[in-house]
Amino acid sequence: MRRKALAFDHFLHLNVGKCSNFGSGVIFEYNGSALVAMVGKNCFAIASDRRLGVQLQTIATDFQKIYRIHHTLFIGLAGLATDTQTLYQRLVFRHKLYHLREERDMKPETFASLVSAVLYEKRFGPYFCQPVIAGLGDDDKPFICTMDSIGAKELAKDFVVAGTASESLYGACESMFKPDMEAEELFETISQALISSVDRDCLSGWGGHVYLVTPTEVTERILKGRMD
Amino acid sequence: MGDSQYSFSLTTFSPSGKLVQIEHALTAVGSGQTSLGIKASNGVVIATEKKLPSILVDEASVQKIQTLTPNIGVVYSGMGPDSRVLVRKSRKQAEQYYRLYKEQIPVTQLVRETATVMQEFTQSGGVRPFGVSLLVAGYDDKGPQLYQVDPSGSYFSWKASAMGKNVSNAKAFLEKRYTEDTELDDAVHTAILTLKEGFEGQISGKNIEIGMIGSDRIFRVLSPSEVEDYLQEVE
Repeated sequence: MRRKALAFDHFLHLNVGKCSNFGSGVIFEYNGSALVAMVGKNCFAIASDRRLGVQLQTIATDFQKIYRIHHTLFIGLAGLATDTQTLYQRLVFRHKLYHLREERDMKPETFASLVSAVLYEKRFGPYFCQPVIAGLGDDDKPFICTMDSIGAKELAKDFVVAGTASESLYGACESMFKPDMEAEELFETISQALISSVDRDCLSGWGGHVYLVTPTEVTERILKGRMD
Repeated sequence: MGDSQYSFSLTTFSPSGKLVQIEHALTAVGSGQTSLGIKASNGVVIATEKKLPSILVDEASVQKIQTLTPNIGVVYSGMGPDSRVLVRKSRKQAEQYYRLYKEQIPVTQLVRETATVMQEFTQSGGVRPFGVSLLVAGYDDKGPQLYQVDPSGSYFSWKASAMGKNVSNAKAFLEKRYTEDTELDDAVHTAILTLKEGFEGQISGKNIEIGMIGSDRIFRVLSPSEVEDYLQEVE
């Protein structure tokens, strides 16, 4: 049976030399991204880098990777940019209808289950995305989770990471994280973890974008990092 | 009357603006066994007569009140087999919701989806409306709720309601006795008294069925002996 030529097949030859031992993981490295979410004391922070690249070329330095679903629920999407944008559009569509039908916002755990189901629908032709979900649940308890591109959920009590810089991020978060940090300290920690990790990844960087969410307010800040 | 010329086809309006088949379906409901529901401050109770066609029928095998989800139950008036189809579809919809959101379906959503199914059967070819009205009792984050769903697909939230043969007497009785802050056990007593009003013969744990849900959010159908206990409390 002839396999349909997929868009990125044309670029496979460019990647084969560089990433011969990565297998099909190359597609996740096409655009580059770094995402991290951390839990604090009755608050959470979610941060991303700002680079949009086409392999080695940087196209944009203000690319949005964290999206707001409702006032206390955010989803960051790492991976192939076209898929992240489409997936975000589909999820916002689902949430808007949910809100109209049920007359309430989705809880973060419910939203995570929805994202998992949406991703698994495409099990044999997946979205090349890795989501990071962060929200305040019942009683304003922070909730974070990540999943792979076919919807395998991973809940965590402390932090979750995604993207091309994920390995550096794991190291940085593991060493810098402390439980029950207040909002300001959480912001400092997540910013340091993000900046130091993307500096070790050629495909992500060009600044940072941090959302700090408490039960009463949402603060959005841009970080200045190495612009390379 | 001009209406009868339009009663052959479900999907044709009569000149008076009615769908005659739905009217007939409501008549089928109105000649079914009485059932009722009462919403208390801390729960909901639903009850029905369980008159069997002969004393030879094994009454333990008949269950008119069914569970849709662990926290939602339903009772019907009208054609039993039609209610079984709706119960099946509703259970499936509730499970599909859970599979997608990993959260129990809210009562209003399940009622709306069931009502949508009933409405579809009033606007499709080759089918007839369901000959049942359902009373759905549930307890979720919004508290105790009681809904009635009609063959037309319309649904209403009730504080207390009755359907079936004795509906007007039962509703009049409920109107007199219902209070806003009634407790669940008192509601059960009121339900039994309401059933007793129009009951032909001797009421017992074997010829009525009672289902209830409290703040524990678990819907249960009472066993005949539990019903007997409540009956004795009422005496």
